[in-house]
Parts: sequence; C-alpha cells; structure tokens
Amino acid sequence: MFVLVTGAGRVGAAVARQALEGGHTVSVLDKDALSHERLDQGMETTWEESGGRFTVGAALETSALIAAGIEQADVFVAATGGDNTNLVVAQIAEKRFGVSRVITRVLDPARAEWYGQRGGIETICGTRGAIDMVSSSIVTSKAGD
Amino acid sequence: MYVVIAGGGKVGVNLAKELLAKGFEVTLIEQRRDRYTVLEDVLEHAVQYGDATEMWVLERAGVLRADLVVAVTGDDEDNIIICQMAREKYMCERIVARVNNPNNVEHFELLGIRPYVSATNMILRLIEHEVPNFGFVHLLELADDKLEIIEVEIASGSPADGQRVSDVALPEGSLIISVLREDGGLVPTAETVLTAGEEVLVVLSPGLETQVAGIFTGTQS
Repeated sequence: MFVLVTGAGRVGAAVARQALEGGHTVSVLDKDALSHERLDQGMETTWEESGGRFTVGAALETSALIAAGIEQADVFVAATGGDNTNLVVAQIAEKRFGVSRVITRVLDPARAEWYGQRGGIETICGTRGAIDMVSSSIVTSKAGD
Repeated sequence: MYVVIAGGGKVGVNLAKELLAKGFEVTLIEQRRDRYTVLEDVLEHAVQYGDATEMWVLERAGVLRADLVVAVTGDDEDNIIICQMAREKYMCERIVARVNNPNNVEHFELLGIRPYVSATNMILRLIEHEVPNFGFVHLLELADDKLEIIEVEIASGSPADGQRVSDVALPEGSLIISVLREDGGLVPTAETVLTAGEEVLVVLSPGLETQVAGIFTGTQS
C-alpha cells in the first residue's frame, strides 16, 4: 500500500517509520525540512536509503500534496500539529483526491467525535485515550486503598 | 438579528462595531488573551475570550441562536472548520468566511464554504480593472454556472480587427455579446464589423480568458 503522512512530528514520524518497516510505500510531507531528522532516528540507514520519500511543503498546498504522491495514496494520515489543518487536509484527501482510507489525528475530543461521526474521514484522538487511561487509573488506585 | 463573529483582528472588530451601531446583537470571539483584554475595553460584554474552533466556546457564545456566523480569523483552516460546524452542527444557515491566502480559495470551494471573501483577490480584480496591461477585465463571474463575462479592447492589427463577428475564430464556449463604441453599446449581429479601439464583452467558460483575449489584443497566450 501507498501511505502518505502529512506532519513528521512525534506521531507522524513514528507512524511513517512503522509503515515502512511493515513493507509499505511511505511518503512524508512536512513544511519543515529539519523534521526529516526525526524520520532517521532509530534507523540503521537514512529515511531515503530505507526507501522512504520526503517532501517539504505545507499540508494545505495542493501542489505539495501532489508532489508527495497523494494521487497514488491508498492511505492518508493527517498528523500535523494543528487539529483544524488536519481536519481540512483530510477532507481534501477524501473529497478531492478520493483516497480510500483517511486517518486524522485530532487532539480536541469534541471535534474528533463530531467529525468521526460525520463520516468520510476517520478521527483518532490521543487526548481521549489519555483521559480514559488516567481516569481508570484513579478508579483502580481507589479500589486498591 | 444575532451575529457571532470569530476573530478579533481589525476586520472582526470593525465589523462588530459597525453591526452594533446598526442595532444588531453581536458576540465577538477572540482567542489571544492580550488582544481580548484590549477589546474588552471597547466592546465590553460583546466580546468573549476563547478559541472559536472549540465547540463549547461557540456554544457559550450562543451559536445555536445565531442568525449569522462570520469567520474572520487569520487562519483559513480555522475559518473553514468554524463555518462547517456552524452550518452542520449548529444549523446556522448563514455564514460568511474570510480567505487569507488566495491559494486556499479552492479548499473553500471544495468544502462548500460560501460565501467567502478574499481581500487579496478583490484588490487584484480592482488592479485588473485599473491597469489595462492585463489585456482583459473580469466583469462578472457566475461560479455556479461556470460562466464569466470579460471586457477586452480590440487592438489594431489583432486577429479580430476589421473582421465581421461571424468571421472571428472564437473557441467553442465563448460568444461576443456586446460591442462598445464611442456612441454607445450594441448587441452585434453576425454582420457587425469589429474595429480597433472598440471594446467587446465576451461571455465564456472559465479557463478560456487568455485565449479569447488574445484574439482581440493580438498577444498570443
């Protein structure tokens, strides 16, 4: 599968590396050229030597998305630092480029839930997960008292 | 009439002031703490502090009973999300969005965020109107119907100069609808002869502008 990841932050870079190790074709788009360093971390060779692609450009620039290969993408991952950027670029991937699987990282639980139910794109909310885990830890520690 | 404005920059604040002066009920939402403090002195209870892309902030501002939501923040993605939620989640029928970067107009179009206003594009249109170097002027754009009308002056020696309307080789999807002469405009027939110095109005499909204008200006696209 061809996986396109926008945003090479902690989440995006780790997801991209794992997808590449899993044998997929992986392309990463980030506006910061230095974010590339995060992709090389923990790898024996550089990102490109391992077969990965990297494009410098903003997620909302159509030409950058095309250069990064969105027209060939089977999976699109929106993982930039901005919830609204992710939600907009994910909808572009789904509506304009017809990417079959679009996964969006959204930190705000409310927007993640609403856009997830709205359809078309899949939303992943790490904050929701953290809230649930911390809450259940509190319950467990109380039970242990 | 109740209006919620997202974004307390120059546009948002002046809009809020104008609407308040007209007797509208207005709430302005500003997310920067320091800016909010400044605005509070001027707008008092008509300004609220918060990120207008957060649902609870919109709800606190009374988005559910808003007749109009105006998204004029400095971030296009924020303006898109605010309008999407206002319309689809809070059933607000009327929205107005600001486009900061004209390259993002295509995203507003794709996601149906309309009407939108792009100051850059509006100024560009005015420049086109004032500076004839562009060769043609956009008079009207019917985006939904994929039609537009341009005005172009016939240059001496251009392919159209001295031709009858029926002999001008216009591409399919374009039509001369008016000829503007010194003594007034007319709707041409196939026999009308075009002369340098006159202006024509042409209705055409978007994308044909340069090709069509070239026939009257003599410049190749």
